[in-house]
Amino acid sequence: MLPELGQFALILALLLALVQCVLPIYGAWRGNAALIAVGRRAAAGQFVFVALAFGILTYAFVSQDFSVAYVAENSNLSLPWYYRFSAVWGAHEGSLLLWILILNVWTVAVAAFSRRLPDAFMARVLGVLGFVSLGFLLFTALTSNPFLRHLPALADGNDLNPVLQDPGLIMHPPMLYTGYVGFSVAFAFAIAALLGGEVDARWVRWSRPWTNVAWAFLTLGIALGSWWSYYVLGWGGWWFWDPVENASFMPWLVGTALIHSQAVTEKRGSFRAWTLLLAIFAFSLSLLGTFLVRSGVLTSVHAFASDPRRGVFILVFLGIVVGGSLLIYALRAPKVAGGEVFAAVSRETAILINNLLFACAAAMVLLGTLYPLIGDALNLGRISIGPPYFGFMFALLMLPVVLLIPFGPFLRWRVGDWRAALRALRPALIAAPLIALAAWMIAGGLPFKALIGVAASIWVGFGIVLYALSRWRNAPAGRRYTPEMLGMICAHFGVAVFLAGVLIVEATGVERDLRMSKGSTVEIGTLTFRFDGVGHTQGPNYSADQGTITVLRQGEIVTVLHPQKRQYPNNAPIQTVASIDPGITRDLYVALGEPLGDDGAWAVRVYVKPFVHWIWLGAIFMMLGGFVAAADRRFRVMRAPTAEIAAPPAAVAAAQT
Amino acid sequence: MTPTRKRRLIAVALILVAVGIATVLTVLALQQNMTYLFSPSEVLAGHTPGGANFRLGGVVLEHSIKRDSTSLKVDFVVTDRFHDMPVEYTGILPDLFREGQSIVATGKMENGHFVAQQVLAKHDETYMPKEVAEAIAKAKAMKRDVPATPPQG
Repeated sequence: MLPELGQFALILALLLALVQCVLPIYGAWRGNAALIAVGRRAAAGQFVFVALAFGILTYAFVSQDFSVAYVAENSNLSLPWYYRFSAVWGAHEGSLLLWILILNVWTVAVAAFSRRLPDAFMARVLGVLGFVSLGFLLFTALTSNPFLRHLPALADGNDLNPVLQDPGLIMHPPMLYTGYVGFSVAFAFAIAALLGGEVDARWVRWSRPWTNVAWAFLTLGIALGSWWSYYVLGWGGWWFWDPVENASFMPWLVGTALIHSQAVTEKRGSFRAWTLLLAIFAFSLSLLGTFLVRSGVLTSVHAFASDPRRGVFILVFLGIVVGGSLLIYALRAPKVAGGEVFAAVSRETAILINNLLFACAAAMVLLGTLYPLIGDALNLGRISIGPPYFGFMFALLMLPVVLLIPFGPFLRWRVGDWRAALRALRPALIAAPLIALAAWMIAGGLPFKALIGVAASIWVGFGIVLYALSRWRNAPAGRRYTPEMLGMICAHFGVAVFLAGVLIVEATGVERDLRMSKGSTVEIGTLTFRFDGVGHTQGPNYSADQGTITVLRQGEIVTVLHPQKRQYPNNAPIQTVASIDPGITRDLYVALGEPLGDDGAWAVRVYVKPFVHWIWLGAIFMMLGGFVAAADRRFRVMRAPTAEIAAPPAAVAAAQT
Repeated sequence: MTPTRKRRLIAVALILVAVGIATVLTVLALQQNMTYLFSPSEVLAGHTPGGANFRLGGVVLEHSIKRDSTSLKVDFVVTDRFHDMPVEYTGILPDLFREGQSIVATGKMENGHFVAQQVLAKHDETYMPKEVAEAIAKAKAMKRDVPATPPQG
C-alpha cells in the first residue's frame, strides 16, 4: 500500500512541477499577479510530495519491504540499520529521487529567502527550477520508478553493493548532489534575468551566496569521493581521472570560475555576459555529469544503469536545457554587455586570467572525457585516454594560476600596481625557495617535484597570510575582515595546503607491492613492516580474511595494522579494505592482495604516503571558505534597498497589474 | 593604422598564437596517451601499433593462471574464444580477477607475448564490459579473415 502511495506522491509532484514551470513564467510575461503567486505555492507543494515519496522509500528500506523491487535489489536482512538509510541512494532509481529531493530543498530555500526580490523575477526563477524538476520527475516516472513491485515478495533481498557499505559513501552522494543541483540556482537566476530582458548586476548579488554554498558542497562531495577511493578501492590513489570523477570535476572548475566572475560582476559590473554564460555552463556540466554517470555510456563502477531509454531521455533533456538556454543567451546577451573599464593591471584582469585558465581546464577535461565516446560513435575504435594526458595538461594550466594567486588580493579594482603587489609579497617570494631548501636539507634530499610543491605551497599560503596581515595593519578596526574576504583568505589558504599535499605525496610516496610470507619484513625509510600472517574474522554481515602487519621503528612498535578481504553474502565480489595509520605528516597504508600458493604467503601492498591528508585538509579549507563567504551580511542587508530602488519598471508594472 | 587598431591586431595575434600552442599541446598530449582496445585475434592479425602501448580485452582462459613461486609475477592467457594471447604481469591483480572473468589489460607486445602494466577487471561478475563483448563479437566476425595459424610475431 505505502509504495503505491509513494508513486502517487511522485505523480502529484510531477503535476505540480508542470504548474510551477508554466504558470509563473506565463504570469511574469503577461503581468498577471495571481499566476506569479502560484510559483511559491507550487514549489512548496512539490517539495511536500517529493519528501513524502522519499520518506516512503526510506521506510521501505528500514522496514525491509522486499516486495519493492528496488529494495530487494539493494538490501538484505543482514544489512546494518545505518546502511539501510544510505542504501536508498545506493543505486540508480533512489539516487535520482535524492537528486530531485535536493533540487526541491534548494527551490524551497530560494523561495523562502528571496522574498525581497521583485515578484516577476522570482516567478521566472521558480519557473526555471520547476522546469528542471519537471524533467527529472518525468525521467523517474517514465524510466526509473523506484516503487516498482516485485510480487510475490522475496524472503530476502540481494545486497547493497559492498563497495558502498562504508561511512564515506553515506555522505558522498548527498554532498555531491547538493553541489551539482545548487548550480541550478545560479542557472535559474541567469535564465530569469535573460528572460526578463532586464539584465543588470542585481541578480548576481542575489545569486552569489547560493553559488558559493553550492560550490562549497561540491568541493566537499568531490573530496569525500576522493577520500573514499583512497581507502576503499585499496589502490592508495586519491584521483584517477576516471570519467566519473571528471564528470564531477568539470562543474567544479567552471563553478570556481563562476564564483570569481560573479564577484567582478557584482562589484564592478564588468563580465556580465560572461558570468551569465558561466552560470549556464556550470549547470549544463552538472547535467552532463548526471548523464555520463547515469546513462551507462561509461563502463564504470558508477554506471548501474544500462537501459538505453534512460540515456536517450537524459540526452534529449540535456539538449533542451543547454540548447534552449544558449539560444536565450544568444538572443538576449548582446543587450547585457557593458560595465566599467579596467586597466591591463587590475584585479579584474587577474580574475579574467583565472577565468580563462579554469574554463580551459574544464574544456580540456571535457575533451579527454568525451573523446572516447566520440571515437566510439564515429567508429574510430575503442579509445581510452590515459591519466597522463589529464595530469600533464592540468598541471600546465594550473601553473600560472598558482603563480598569480597571491597577486589577486593585492591588486586593486580598476587600476592595480603590480610593483606594489610584488613589494608586498617579497617576504613570500624569499621564503618559498628558502623553506624548500630547508625541507631538502632536513629530509636529506628530496625529488624536484616535492621541492616545487613546498615552494608553491609556501608562496600561495604565505602570500595570503601577508594579505591578511596587511588588512590588519591598514584597515580600520572592525572593518578589517568581512566574511566575504575571510572566505577568500580561507579558500586560498586551502589551495596552499592542497598543493603541498598533492606534490609531496606524488613525488615522495613509496608504493611497494610485495610477496610476503609469515614473519617476513620490508624496510621503508626508517620503518620496518612485519607480516604476521592472516587469520579469519567475522563482521556484522560479512566474513573476512584479516591480516596482521606490525610496523616497527628501531624495534619499537609504531602501530599494528589489520587489512581485510571481506566476503559479503550472495556471492558478492570480494572487497578489499585497506588498513591505514593516518598522520599529519604521513599515512602508513597496507592492503592485502591475494593468497599466493599454499605456504601462507600473500601479495601485500605496503605504502607510505607523506602528507596525503593535506589533500583533503586543503579541500576542507576551500569548502569552509565557500560557506564563510556566503555568510556575508552584505548579500542580505544590501538586498532590501537595492531591490526597492532598482526594481525594473517592467517588474513594478507587472506587480501592479 | 590607428593605435587602437594596432592594439587590437596585437591582441588578436596573441590570442591566435595562444590558441595555436594550446591546440598543438592538447593534440600531442592526447595522441601520446590514447590507447586502443584490441582482441587477441586482432593482435595476431597484426592490427596493433608496433611497440606502442595498447589495451588487450578478453576473457581469462580457464586453467591458465600460473604464479611464480618467489615473486608477484603471474602468467595467464587472455582469449576471445577464437585466439589466445599469453599475458605476463607483475603485481597485485584486482579483486575480481579470476578464470573466466573478462578483463582489460594495458601494456605492449614483447617477444610474442603481452606484457601488462595494468590489469582491470569489471565489477559485476555477470557483466562483461561492453568493450570486451564488442572485441569478442569482432573476433567472431573476423574469424573468416584470420588464417587459422597465427602469423609469426
